[in-house]
Formats: sequence, C-alpha cells, structure tokens
Amino acid sequence: MGIRRTLLSSAVGFAGIAGVAGYAMAAELTISCGSVGQEQSICEQAVEEWSEATGNTVRLFSVPTSTTEQLALYQQILSSGGSDLDIIMIDVIWPGILGNHLLDLAPYSNGVEAEHFQPIVSNNTYQGKLVAMPWYTDAGLLFYRKDLLEKYGADAPKTWGDLTATAKMIQDGERAAGNSKMWGFVYQAKAYEGLTCDALEWIDSFGGGAVVNAQGDITINNEKAAQALTLAASWTGTIAPGGVLSYQEEDARGVFQSGNAVFMRNWPYAWSLGQADDSPVKDKIGVMALPKGGEEGKQTGTLGGWQLAVSKYSESPEIAADLVMYLTSKKEQKRRAIEGSYNPTIAALYTDADILEASPFMGQLKDTFTNAVARPSRATGSNYNKVSNAFYNAVHDVLSGESEASASLAKLERNLKRIKRRGW
Amino acid sequence: MTVALQQDGSGQRKAKRSNLSTARLRAAWLFLAPMMIALAVVAGWPLIRTIWLGFTDANLTDLSHSQFIGFENYLSYYDGEAYGVLVDPDWWNAVWNTLWFSVISVGLETLIGLFVALLLNAQFKGRGIVRAAVLIPWAIPTIVSAKMWSWMLHDQFGVINEILLGVGLISDPIAWTADPSTAMWAVIMVDVWKTTPFMALLTLAALQMLPGDIYEAAKVDGIHPVRVFFKVTLPLIRPAILVAVVFRSLDALRVFDLIYVLTSNSSTTMSMSVYARQQLVDFQEVGYGSAAATLLFVVIALLTTLTVMAGGLKLNEGEQS
Repeated sequence: MGIRRTLLSSAVGFAGIAGVAGYAMAAELTISCGSVGQEQSICEQAVEEWSEATGNTVRLFSVPTSTTEQLALYQQILSSGGSDLDIIMIDVIWPGILGNHLLDLAPYSNGVEAEHFQPIVSNNTYQGKLVAMPWYTDAGLLFYRKDLLEKYGADAPKTWGDLTATAKMIQDGERAAGNSKMWGFVYQAKAYEGLTCDALEWIDSFGGGAVVNAQGDITINNEKAAQALTLAASWTGTIAPGGVLSYQEEDARGVFQSGNAVFMRNWPYAWSLGQADDSPVKDKIGVMALPKGGEEGKQTGTLGGWQLAVSKYSESPEIAADLVMYLTSKKEQKRRAIEGSYNPTIAALYTDADILEASPFMGQLKDTFTNAVARPSRATGSNYNKVSNAFYNAVHDVLSGESEASASLAKLERNLKRIKRRGW
Repeated sequence: MTVALQQDGSGQRKAKRSNLSTARLRAAWLFLAPMMIALAVVAGWPLIRTIWLGFTDANLTDLSHSQFIGFENYLSYYDGEAYGVLVDPDWWNAVWNTLWFSVISVGLETLIGLFVALLLNAQFKGRGIVRAAVLIPWAIPTIVSAKMWSWMLHDQFGVINEILLGVGLISDPIAWTADPSTAMWAVIMVDVWKTTPFMALLTLAALQMLPGDIYEAAKVDGIHPVRVFFKVTLPLIRPAILVAVVFRSLDALRVFDLIYVLTSNSSTTMSMSVYARQQLVDFQEVGYGSAAATLLFVVIALLTTLTVMAGGLKLNEGEQS
C-alpha cells in the first residue's frame, strides 16, 4: 500500500515539475548533512548560498550523532516511502544497504564523478547505478599533544606498544603535577559502528585482517587479532577512562580538546575544531598515522567518508540532484577542506596550496587516506550491519573485561558463520 | 454500563429474549462499535500483521517481495546447525535481562511506592504540594528523563560522579552506563526514580479508601501500629497493589526507551524490545524481528496470566458489588 502511494506521489511530483518546465517553480527541499562537530553549520552556509542563487528553499534535517542510529532513522523513513527527506548524507558502508531507495545520479552528474577517487565512486555504485556522490573521505588518525610529548622528551609512537608506554608515562607525570583529570589515550569504544572502525585498525595494524576477506571468508579468529584486542583491553581503566566504553567521536574529542588526554584516535574533522580560536589545545596538536601493531605490523586507518544521495521518493528529484552536484563540486569541497578539514574526494585538490596550508596533514598523510583499510561491507553486502554488530559486541566484551580475546573471537567466528549460513 | 450488560446477559439465557432487550443489546453493540473498531485498527491489525510477518522472510530493503517460510524464523536446521530466534543466545540473553530488570525494578518500586504512600497519607502541613511534587518524575517523558540521567551519569562531566568524588565515596569516576557491572543497576535506578510515583499514587488511592473506624477500633484496643499495618492495612490494599504490580510489570517487560537511550544496543542490558527493534530496523530483518516481537507478546501474555493467577487477583471483582 505504502509503495503504491509513494509511486503515485512521485509520479505526481515528476508531472508537476515537467508541467511547469523545470525550475520555474521554487521547490522546498529537506537535506540531512550530518551533526557531528561543525558539519551542520558548514553545510548550512553552502546550502544558503545555493538557495539564494536558485530561489529554492532548503530545510536542514537534524540527525542523531551515532551513525548506527542515523541509519536506523533513514531506513524507517525510506522503507515507508516517505518524501520527508530529499537529500541524505550516507556513510561509505551504506550504498549496499540503502541503494534500493536511492536515485541514480548519473543522468545529472555530467560525468563529473570521473574526477573523484575511483574506489569511492565504485563503492557508491549499486547495481550499476551511481546512487551517491562522494562528499568527503575519512581515515582514522592519531592526534597527539605536541607540547606534552616535548615536555616529557617522548617521541611520536611508532607502535601501539610505544603509545601505551608514552601515554602511561605522561599521564602519571601530569597527575603527579596536579592535573588529576589527565588521561593517556581516548578513542571510540561504545558498542556501535565507531568501535568497528577502531577495532579494525588495531587488528589490521597487527596484520590480523579485516574480519571477512574480499572472498567472503571469515578470517577474524586468528592469533594476531587476539593479540591486538588483548593490548586494547589493557587500556581500559589504565591509560583510558573506564567510560571510554561508552564514547563516540564527540565524547573522545570533548576529553582531548579540553586538554585532558595525551592521545586521541579520531577522524580528520577534529583537526579544525581543535585548532579553532576557542580551543584550549590550539597549536598544541599534532596529527599522524595510527601506530603499527608491532615491529612487523603496518600503519593503517579505517576508511570512512560520507556521500550525498537523493531519495527515490523525493518530490523534486532534479532540483535535489542539482544541490548534490553543487555541494560535491570542486569549489565547495575546497571550502570544506579549508574551513572544516574535511578531506576532499577529488584527487586534484590534494595539491592545492590553500588546502595544504590550512590542513597540512592532508598532504603528509595522503598515503594513509589512499591506503585505508575498508570495512568488509562489499564482501558481506546487505549482511554488513549484522557482521559489524557481532564484531563490535565481541570487541566490547573484551575491552570491558567480560571475556578473553581468544574466547571472544572464537565465539564471534561461530556467530559470523550463523549470519553467513550458505552465503552472504 | 458493562455491569448492566452482564446482568442482562445472564438473564437472557433463562427468559425468552424480549423485544426490549434485543433493542438494548443492539444499542449496546452500537455504542461499543466505535471503540472496538478503533481497537481493531490500532491494536488488532498491527498484532496480526506482526504475527503474519514473523512467518515470512520480509526485509526492509524491499517489503513487496516477501515469501511465506513457515517457522524458519523461529527454528530451522541447515547442515546440522540450528538457526532461528529460539536458539539465538542473544535472544535468551535479552529475555533474561528483561526478566531480571522487571523483577528488581517492579519489586523496588512497589516497596518504595508503598513507603511513600504511607508518608503521604499522614496528616502534615503542605501535604498537597508534596503530593503534587512527587509526581514530577512520572510526568517527565521517559525519553527526556533518560537523556537527563545519561548526562548526570556521564563518567567525565556527570554530576553524580562529581558529588561522589566530592564526598570521598569513590576515588575514580565510575562509568555507570558503560561498565557491565553497573549498567543494569543504572538502568534500574533510573526506572525506580521515574516510576515509584506511579506506584505511590495507586497505593495512596487505595489507602484513602480504607474505612477510618477500623483504625479507631485498633487504637482503642491498644494494638501496636506495626501490627495494625500488617494485619489490617496490607490485606486491605493488597488487591490495589496487585493491580498496580500487573500494570507495572506489563510496562517493564516491554521496556525499550530507557535502555536504548542509556546504553543503546549493548548486550549487557539489551531487553526483548531492544532485540526486536535491532533485528527489525538495524538488520532490516522484518520477518525475523517480527518473530521476536511475537515471542515477546507471548512471553508477556504468559507472565501476566501467571502473575494474576499467583496473586489470586480477580480482575472482574468490582462487578459483583
């Protein structure tokens, strides 16, 4: 019933646009463009510029900060065929999950997607349709306090072991000096998608693979993964606050930016906020790639990033697609890179002098961004969410001391087999 | 009106149905019809649809292509391995969590509610204001109070840790909602805070119905007030308390918002409703999630029946008077 109604309403929508010859009538659009950090305000500026130029009005739709909850919300709106949302900001792992409800943007893009990073474009292609335009890309990075490392004569950590030792030393030193709130390391360890990203980085840096490999085999139950998780579990309550088990990105940033942590694992967006004029740690922050697992480990970071998509049920799909093209354009991505340190998805921008001046790490860490480890969303398809949920719960059990790493991973392997059954 | 109808009904079987009573019966059905239609639409239809979806492989990606698959969502075998809600350890963990949460929270709410009601039943100055003030936690929407508490319980900037650290009860901040050993207790505490006023109110209403002459008689006989409470007050308000307990248990067994806001999908506190929602929405498994929701309905129905039977409660008691 719902589907018939929405087909009808979108048919009416198309007819309406055709009838008044495209842009003649101003449309009212609703866009969701994030709520973490300054995402919303940066998006608002661009949207206002576009509405002034085109005469359309755009409403900003506020979403929860947790990616898991955002997805749940979009699924509810989209599966009921609701036209409440026209433009949706989607995570790099969602095209396979939401693809069915999204509009093919290829007819509106004029081939501009060729300028973007090709792995992201193919990630955003669902059943041969370009369902989303790349907006910015992400990889997990290590933020550190330059001033504190200098004060204690410590080098930037090469391995997670170094990080543990340095964090402990500085934390103890600072606490002895009277800063009782100082912690060594903060990250995202709440049982949600963010923990999947963090844990994947630990495991991959030890050479423990990516939970499920490209062929779809379950690879998580291995010695190196157990080693990585055992080390991470030792942080809870020692160099990281016990509450880290309920931290998302913004909780970690809250502790780090108030000057109460030596290291933080976060996404690039935290850079420009930490460098803002009202930030207590302005000019004291360094950014580097995450440490290696051990001597033979590697540096890695989980591939993140967000795309803009148009709902199939939008009443003004053409106008919505136009706004998406505007927001993902070179000019706008450059502005976002400078003002919000959002990594562009257009390769040419990585040599842009203005961007490199505002966010030097983008040039230095270009390799990290291009070699980031992807979550197994392609191999597991529409089962990805279940895989991720089983994974972050298993990791959370280890971090909270509920179970041993090897036991938890063996259980996880059994769970994943149940989810997989005869195939993903 | 229901009382009149019942008496009519039993009379009719003996005597021949008169024109008048037929007309009255028709009128009664006419008056009942809007309510019954409304119930069928908002309660009956969703329930039947959920039960039906539990037997299909419906998926949120494309609801129009679902097929009937029998009991596969509940229990099925592939290559000697059992699958389905009934053998999912997470489901049983959720059932256990829900039962644990319900028993402890309803138990505490009943006891504290009774205590508060006894206090509020006493004569003192400003009683009206206190009675109204007690209701505030109950009046705040759960989602708001849950969010409020999640800030208060926050490990780094929560006021509760600040106070406990200040008075020296703890030396390090406690991550109330994140630590598995405290998470469930944090949830129970917030629920008790929120729902005790409801229990107190129902108990207070029962207390105010008690005839004063019994207490005068007890006073004259010089019986100790504690004895009066256990021998007179408690037996008299027992039916009211039982009704309140049944209501609260129904609510507690369906608990969702509080747990979801405080601890999201964490398996330490996951209730049956959180499990069903996760399957339905996060995993898009409308069929499987509906099967879980159906089981949730069955569990609640069973437990309510058991509670009512164990309490010797007659839900139609009022009609005899």
